[in-house]
Amino acid sequence: MAMFIGRRAAAAVFVLFTISVLVFLIFFATPGVDPAARIAGRNADPATLMQVRHEFGLDRPIPIRYGLMMEHLFVQRDLTSFVNRGALVIPQILQAVPVTLSLVAGAAVIWMVLGLLMGTAAAARRGTALDPLMMLLGVVGVSIPVYWLGEVVNLLTQSRWHSGLFSWVPPLGYVGLSQSPGQWALHLLFPWLTLAALYAGIYARIVRGEILEALNEDYVRTARAKGLTERRILIRHALRCSLIPVVSLFGLDFGALVGGSALLTEVVFGLPGVGKLTFDSLQNLDLPVIMGCVMYAAFFVVLANAVVDVLYAALDPRVRRA
Amino acid sequence: MPESSLVRETVRGAGAAGPESLLDVRDLTVSFRTRQGVVRAVDGLSFSLAPGEVLGIVGESGSGKSVSVMSLLGLIRDPNARVEGQALFRGRDLVAMRDKDLRPLRGREIAMIFQDPMTAMTPVYTVGWQIAEQIRAHDDVSKRVAHERAVELLDEVGIPDPRRRVGDFPHEFSGGMRQRAVIAMALANNPSLLIADEPTTALDVTTQAQILDLMRRLRVEHGSSIILITHDMGVVSDIADQVLVMYAGRAAEQGPKKDVFHRPRHPYTWGLLDSVPRPRAERVRRLPTIPGSPASPLDVAPGCPFAPRCRMRHERCDERPELAGGPAHVDACWLPRDRRQELRREVVEAAVAEGDPGDLTEHGAPLDASTPPAPEQGP
Repeated sequence: MAMFIGRRAAAAVFVLFTISVLVFLIFFATPGVDPAARIAGRNADPATLMQVRHEFGLDRPIPIRYGLMMEHLFVQRDLTSFVNRGALVIPQILQAVPVTLSLVAGAAVIWMVLGLLMGTAAAARRGTALDPLMMLLGVVGVSIPVYWLGEVVNLLTQSRWHSGLFSWVPPLGYVGLSQSPGQWALHLLFPWLTLAALYAGIYARIVRGEILEALNEDYVRTARAKGLTERRILIRHALRCSLIPVVSLFGLDFGALVGGSALLTEVVFGLPGVGKLTFDSLQNLDLPVIMGCVMYAAFFVVLANAVVDVLYAALDPRVRRA
Repeated sequence: MPESSLVRETVRGAGAAGPESLLDVRDLTVSFRTRQGVVRAVDGLSFSLAPGEVLGIVGESGSGKSVSVMSLLGLIRDPNARVEGQALFRGRDLVAMRDKDLRPLRGREIAMIFQDPMTAMTPVYTVGWQIAEQIRAHDDVSKRVAHERAVELLDEVGIPDPRRRVGDFPHEFSGGMRQRAVIAMALANNPSLLIADEPTTALDVTTQAQILDLMRRLRVEHGSSIILITHDMGVVSDIADQVLVMYAGRAAEQGPKKDVFHRPRHPYTWGLLDSVPRPRAERVRRLPTIPGSPASPLDVAPGCPFAPRCRMRHERCDERPELAGGPAHVDACWLPRDRRQELRREVVEAAVAEGDPGDLTEHGAPLDASTPPAPEQGP
């Protein structure tokens, strides 16, 4: 186990290093992208440009600039924004993380429960009207763009029906879990549902497919010959084995969402999460913030992968000894 | 036609439900709706089985052996499948039973083991867990008791160190051990009928012998009846009391093992028997084979289904022969019954003469490889 964790950690460090170099090169060494011009403002004279370059260390060789940035990010942890002078990057990210985590974790619970229920029900009731109905619902969920669904939800809950049916819906924004758990959940309820709608549809389809495949396996025939009930065969045997690929997919999706892929949902519902922070920094070409956000996202994706591997071993005894 | 009256009599005789029979299958037919039309995988099969008896069902792949026994337990889940006929188990018709009523019989009264032990167990649970699950599906006992019983069962089927191995996962067992574990699971509730669908096919020869030993012991110690499906005549001669030879979903020949092995009547049975090397018999230059390949269920000849591959084929074969020749030993063939032994020799000679070194036996092994080593071949 220690070996496993050690190998994982080493791999994670390597991945993070590679990503940081790539991002650095994309933004700092791409011809035509001059952060100094951006910082100095429109029509800045060459002298100002030179001064800005010197001040931000942009006139030094690229490896040194990379080293300096990493030092500020990871060692001194005082990397500052280019755009909002003096604004530290790390606290900004740390402030955004709980928002994104709250959004994604809540949505993940909803979509996993819905996806497993719908997928299992559809597989169990194959050949009846329930199966195509469930799958149609899933396709609708997958097909509706999050920003459109989010805007429609906002339109109904914040404006059209706000005085009637949805008078209990709070205004857009985020309330911390430690401040008021009730308000936290209430503020996040519609963002959760909106984000979960997409993934529930995808997962329902995957779960259904995996279960149908498992139901054709020899071990299901054995289970049936043992005289088990159909429910037990479905849940303890077919669904249990179907969870293995579903969990690995879930880990990847979860990692990507926490890393900033929930951007659209965050923007639509005015949640100041990591996705929104990345989006804003990209618009301003605020390189230190971009770097911080990318590092943070990569970290979560790597972490999610490691967690998936551990979960995989827990779910599938065949990979345990490898 | 003097034979037709005989036919009806013997068919009734072969499938007769004696008061002592445990399972009595009459006119079992399994058909599948396909794009090419209705396919009959099993066509009018009848047999009966007394308590403690072992029935061997033999035939090439695709002859309907597995389908017929799976249909007995309602294990054919294909919505296009249709099972007709009667299968009286202790007087209750399995074919007419609803799945709900059949379930308590499965695993408790009738247990089944399948060909491939590699995939027969759910990979994510320990062997002991799966045996305990079998026990608890039918008996209201605690988990501890079921676990203890699982250890005993593994010990009984010859798994070394069962107390430790009971916690192993299926992938940690070898093929032979897995088949033993599957057998242990099947025995967990002391079933009165064990159906074994090619239990030794996927195993190597030494393991095969051990599994057959185990099954023989079961029959003595548990008094269970066994239906053993195989394509291996050697296995049947080892263990069976009754033999049913199937071809293209129908019975070609059936009767007590002694009769079928010593006085085989159907040219298909001759083919199966003669393609097995016999170390003590007079050495033939080459093993005879059955020409052609097994009939596809999609395209069964309207007359005798074996006719296209039969060296003794004549005009009569355009008409479908019924099982006759009884009372106990019956066959479906038009050849004169008093000359069968003579004809069999002719067929063997013709087959050997025709044999070509590049020819393949029905097992797919090159002919020479399956010829027994003879002293003359030594250096």
